[in-house]
Amino acid sequence: KSSVQTIGEEQIQNPYTELLVLKGHQDIVRFLVQIDDFRFASAGDDGIIFLWNAQTGEKLHELHGHTHKITAIAPFSSSDVAEEKTNLIITASADRTVIVWDCTSGRQVQKVSCFQSTVKCLTVLQRLNVWLSGGSDLCVWNQKLDLLCKTSHLTDAGISALVELPKNCVAAAVGKELIIFRLSASNNGYEGWNILEVKRLVDHQDNISSLVSVNDLTFVTGSHIGELIVWDSLDWTKQASECNFWDSVHPDVQPEIKLSQSPHETSVQHLTSDEECVFAAVGKGIYVYNLQMKRVIACQRTAHDSSVLHIEKLPNRQLISCSEDGSVRIWELREKQQLPAEPVPTGFFNMWGFGRTNKQANQAAKKMQENTPVYFLELVGDLIGHSSAVQMFLYFGELGLATCSADHLIILWKDGERESSLRSLTLFKKLAQNGDLQLKL
Amino acid sequence: MISAPDVVAFTREEELEDDLYREPPLPEEYSVPLFPFSGQGANPWAKVAGSKFTRDFILISEFSEQVGPQPLLTIPDDAKVSGTFDLNYFSLRIMSVDYQASFVGHPPGSAYPKLNFVEDSKVVLGDSKEGAFAYVHHLTLYDLEARGFVRPFCMAYISADEHKIMQQFQELSTEFSKASECLKTGNRKAFANELEKKLKDLDYTRTVLHNETEQQKKANDKGYYTTQAIEKANELASVEKSIIEHQDLLRQIRSYPYRKLKDSEFHPYEPECALDQADVGSHDHDPTASEPGETHLYTHVPSYTPKLIKAKSAKCFDKKLKTLEELCDVYFFTQTLDQLHHIERTFRGDVCYLLTEQISRALLKQQSVTNFLFEDVSFLDEKPPEKQYRGCQGLGQDAMDEKCLEESLAPKVVISLGSYKSSVECVPIKMEQEMEDSEEPKMSESVMSEQQENLDYLDADIKGSISSGESIEVLGTEKSGSGLTKSESQASLPAMASPQAGRSKVGSRRTVSEDSIEVLSTCPSEALIPEDFKASYPSAINEEPYVDDDQGGLRFTPRASPGVHDGQDDISKQESLVQVDAACCIGKESPNFLEPLAEQLGQKACEEDGVVRIPPQPYRGPAEQGLRGGFPSHQGLSGGLLPYELDSRHLTGSREVSKSSLDECSDSTSHISSAASTCSDRTPSPAQPACAQPGDRHRKRAGQNALRFIRQYPFAHPAIYSLLSGRTLVVLGEDEAMVKRLVTALSIFVPSSGGYTKPVKHWVTSALHLVDFQKWKLIGLQRAVSPGGVNVLHALSRYSRYLSILDADSKTLRCPLYKGSVVARLADHRTQIKRGSTYYMHVQSILTQLCSKAFLFTFCHHLHLPISEREPEESVVNRRMNFLKLQLGLANEDIKIVQYLAELLKLHYIQEPGQGGNPLLRFDYVPSFLYKI
Repeated sequence: KSSVQTIGEEQIQNPYTELLVLKGHQDIVRFLVQIDDFRFASAGDDGIIFLWNAQTGEKLHELHGHTHKITAIAPFSSSDVAEEKTNLIITASADRTVIVWDCTSGRQVQKVSCFQSTVKCLTVLQRLNVWLSGGSDLCVWNQKLDLLCKTSHLTDAGISALVELPKNCVAAAVGKELIIFRLSASNNGYEGWNILEVKRLVDHQDNISSLVSVNDLTFVTGSHIGELIVWDSLDWTKQASECNFWDSVHPDVQPEIKLSQSPHETSVQHLTSDEECVFAAVGKGIYVYNLQMKRVIACQRTAHDSSVLHIEKLPNRQLISCSEDGSVRIWELREKQQLPAEPVPTGFFNMWGFGRTNKQANQAAKKMQENTPVYFLELVGDLIGHSSAVQMFLYFGELGLATCSADHLIILWKDGERESSLRSLTLFKKLAQNGDLQLKL
Repeated sequence: MISAPDVVAFTREEELEDDLYREPPLPEEYSVPLFPFSGQGANPWAKVAGSKFTRDFILISEFSEQVGPQPLLTIPDDAKVSGTFDLNYFSLRIMSVDYQASFVGHPPGSAYPKLNFVEDSKVVLGDSKEGAFAYVHHLTLYDLEARGFVRPFCMAYISADEHKIMQQFQELSTEFSKASECLKTGNRKAFANELEKKLKDLDYTRTVLHNETEQQKKANDKGYYTTQAIEKANELASVEKSIIEHQDLLRQIRSYPYRKLKDSEFHPYEPECALDQADVGSHDHDPTASEPGETHLYTHVPSYTPKLIKAKSAKCFDKKLKTLEELCDVYFFTQTLDQLHHIERTFRGDVCYLLTEQISRALLKQQSVTNFLFEDVSFLDEKPPEKQYRGCQGLGQDAMDEKCLEESLAPKVVISLGSYKSSVECVPIKMEQEMEDSEEPKMSESVMSEQQENLDYLDADIKGSISSGESIEVLGTEKSGSGLTKSESQASLPAMASPQAGRSKVGSRRTVSEDSIEVLSTCPSEALIPEDFKASYPSAINEEPYVDDDQGGLRFTPRASPGVHDGQDDISKQESLVQVDAACCIGKESPNFLEPLAEQLGQKACEEDGVVRIPPQPYRGPAEQGLRGGFPSHQGLSGGLLPYELDSRHLTGSREVSKSSLDECSDSTSHISSAASTCSDRTPSPAQPACAQPGDRHRKRAGQNALRFIRQYPFAHPAIYSLLSGRTLVVLGEDEAMVKRLVTALSIFVPSSGGYTKPVKHWVTSALHLVDFQKWKLIGLQRAVSPGGVNVLHALSRYSRYLSILDADSKTLRCPLYKGSVVARLADHRTQIKRGSTYYMHVQSILTQLCSKAFLFTFCHHLHLPISEREPEESVVNRRMNFLKLQLGLANEDIKIVQYLAELLKLHYIQEPGQGGNPLLRFDYVPSFLYKI
């Protein structure tokens, strides 16, 4: 029996009451990346990149060029000599090419196809005006796609994640290892860079699955077996670690969990953070780790029916998670009152006859413990639209939320109220344009 | 649907009889005698029960130069239709009122024969003895062999109902003009062909003669000409003269379309069906397509072997005249017949029904902002909704005001059918003419005319009739204004024309009236019907100087600056007159429902039979639509009402209607509508829709099913609420027929989002997805036991938040709660309405109310946007809710309905024409409940 918390049909706090389905992709859509305030790009296994208007849902461009699935995508706003800011995106594909696209014209700017292996991650170092591609080796490129320098062959598995660190350093996750590289200006040429391996950190027991920078001083890594390590960005020392930290939270339920937990279910799928906390998507659950207290302050052990693929923190203490079960959930981090709270009301009893799978499971996992965190995550809304795993989402603030999924669709979720008043505005603008607003008697 | 056109007398006996016979028969002494004329197919409502024909028909007659007036064909081509009616006699009657001058031949002072391009004339006449009334449309066709090259024809719409002819005059005129234009176009083509053949013959003859002469010359060495030679020379000369004459004729006929184009009223016939595109293309009359001066119009002449002919054609009575078919190009002839059949279908049935239909159409057309929601797409497609708003742009504000002022000052013309009261009407004229050749784009100037009472008023009081010894009274015709058409037929009209003014004044005196035929005036309608203005300019284009430039006919004189319509202009300003006419039309149309409110109050008194007097809006041909560029469209101008006002007025109107009479009227009249559909063609059925489309049948069936649904299912209200509020309703069931029936029933409640079809999917067998809910608002879904069926159910449960689910098998409904009152009125299970189409009307009327509310809500600025910049959003929200609750009187969930409709209106309005727009799905997070029977 599933212990996933559910919310009823009544979701007062859920602002998303309107949706737009964006069709275009012919395969799993894996990546969404924001270009500017109102545009975003989507890419996936069909090798096509689409540019969308986040307000209207209009398809702006369709970028064809890759023959295989896209493996990495990164936005790159380059400021030219003429101070003209051009929005570029860099895409890497399994066809071992990297293409730079101009988002305004929708044209291919340049293409590199000299890679030995598939590029699995891309990072733009905006400050240095260079970008890095990580595959079996790490390459540094400038804006014009000149190869500046590269490391020797690191591993066959390739670099799975890259993160920028202070002092021209980058951290690359290579298997179980975390390698720190430093970029240094080379002696010859004004734009020459050298890349040097500075340090190898081998604290993880398993492959590093996620890597995120919290602030200038800290970054965090998560591994497949659920280790979470907080690192110092400057001297690359381990500040704190949480190994199997769900056990520490609920020691009493540990045995049964251990029985059922496969490595996959404890894998740290995604990490995100704000200044205080790191939010980890671990298996089906979401954990909030406080950097100051160095412990998990809140968790939702089974936030979804299956693995959580992506989480993001919103400015308003809310957290959005999406999962393989095809749903997107909105959580709010609340402070717990003194008295143990009742389980969240789960709406109306479902009277409808036929087979709902996730029936009334509101006796969810919030058993009160003495050492439970003072915070808890409350489900405030869920978005059901995709029929397959939701790979990623992109929060556009007022404009709404874009989700992409394995069902080839992108859905733009919008605040119905806001859209309605925007439409009114447009309507009256158009009326005025047509000259129909004057009083004609 | 605004009105209930089925509030029409019942004429079919069968159904009623069935009902009667089911009950035990009354004793003889109590029974009411049957209607005396209750023969098979008799129409008890016919005004003249003694008429000798059973239903309206169209008659085409010719005034043959050999045998005089003769009927050619009737439509429908069925002997039973005309019955004992004497077509020959009636042909004589109708042809004898064609007093149009068909003067052809050599006009004095002209060397060559000239073709008269005669305008058609339109006359209404009645034969009280025969009980027949007719709209008669006279036209002339060209025939090279005929006297003066012309053959007079007429098409007559014959009905027993005088009122029908009078009230539908405008429509009849428009429709018949189309038919006539088509026929004449084909005739010109045939005529040109004929001329070309003749020319070839002549050319050949000339060559032969020439050769013979030459041979004779050569053979002749005596130095003088033999009589034979002289004869030959004369013959040659005569052939040459004939060639020149025929060439001239050919040029004239070819130049015709171009010349006519100067007239804004001229609608070059454009074939409507793309039946034979290639063919159509070859006789393309589109002026824009053909280069000026180029005469490729009639170039498709099949190869023809010329033959030797006599120079002098025998104009004797023994030759056989061409038949109508021969006179006209085949394609155009069939088109004409189609058009006539269309006319016959359109005007079939009781005038009351026609009028109601027309009025509701006209009204609906004005609601271009809202009518897409619930109206039939087919209807909207028929004549694409014109841009109501655009129309006003050209007009200055004050011009508008002035116009309205004038309109409200001027008493409305009253036409009561029996007697014509004097009617005074002013015609405010606005002219906005775009200069044709816009080297200097002097933009439109609008000229307001003074009220030219004497000229503009239609003084119907001095109407009368003339005895002509031939027992014909012509009370007036459209052509009366023409100076040229001094009648040569029996009925010489003293109809005074004031061509200068652009209005005709008909004054005729009735002297003797023991005659059997009365021609009822067509002029009363002139008072209201704008197109009659066109009668005022000289009808024969002959007057126009025939410009003999290169290829003849293409004149591009720049449009004169718009003539001021002040009554003093001369005929030479024809074109500007035409413009004036067009301008006059505007704003005069259907004044009844376009008057501003203030005026309404003032004028109510003289509007007892308002319905009858409203001339429904005439169809505007393509040529005229071209004019729209320069002229404000009539809707825009008419009364200058704000769209809101229109709607709000309608709102109150419909409210009253629905309050007063829903049940009773439905009860008493609902029988008819269903009777209508079963009616055979033979009987004129009042309720028969103008064109019996499948849509009507569908409507009826849907209404019937809906009625059954609301009676059968106690939870009909929440289901309908779901549909009205945009929540997709899935009808789930095993039996396809049952599901489809339910879907059909419920489809009448589904608001359309502006696409071409209603968002209804009757039958789906695969699992639904989110995209489906975007596209469809009502879905019939198969419940299957197969593994696939499990998926289907799973998808339903997954997306249950977007759905209401009506389980047709277990008779349950899962959907949100409804506590409003609108749906209760819409679907009262205790309703007394029995007929499907009546119920459909009822639903439409309530939905129209809802639309009006949504319209008001959508287009009230302050309800959506802050008045001042600093106003917080909450106060706008408060204002909005207050408006919905207090002003619109909506409660609870009804608000959601109106909000949803408003959202659709917004989307529809802001949507760019070319752009499809992403369909969006709006939803609410509301709990659902399970309803059971």
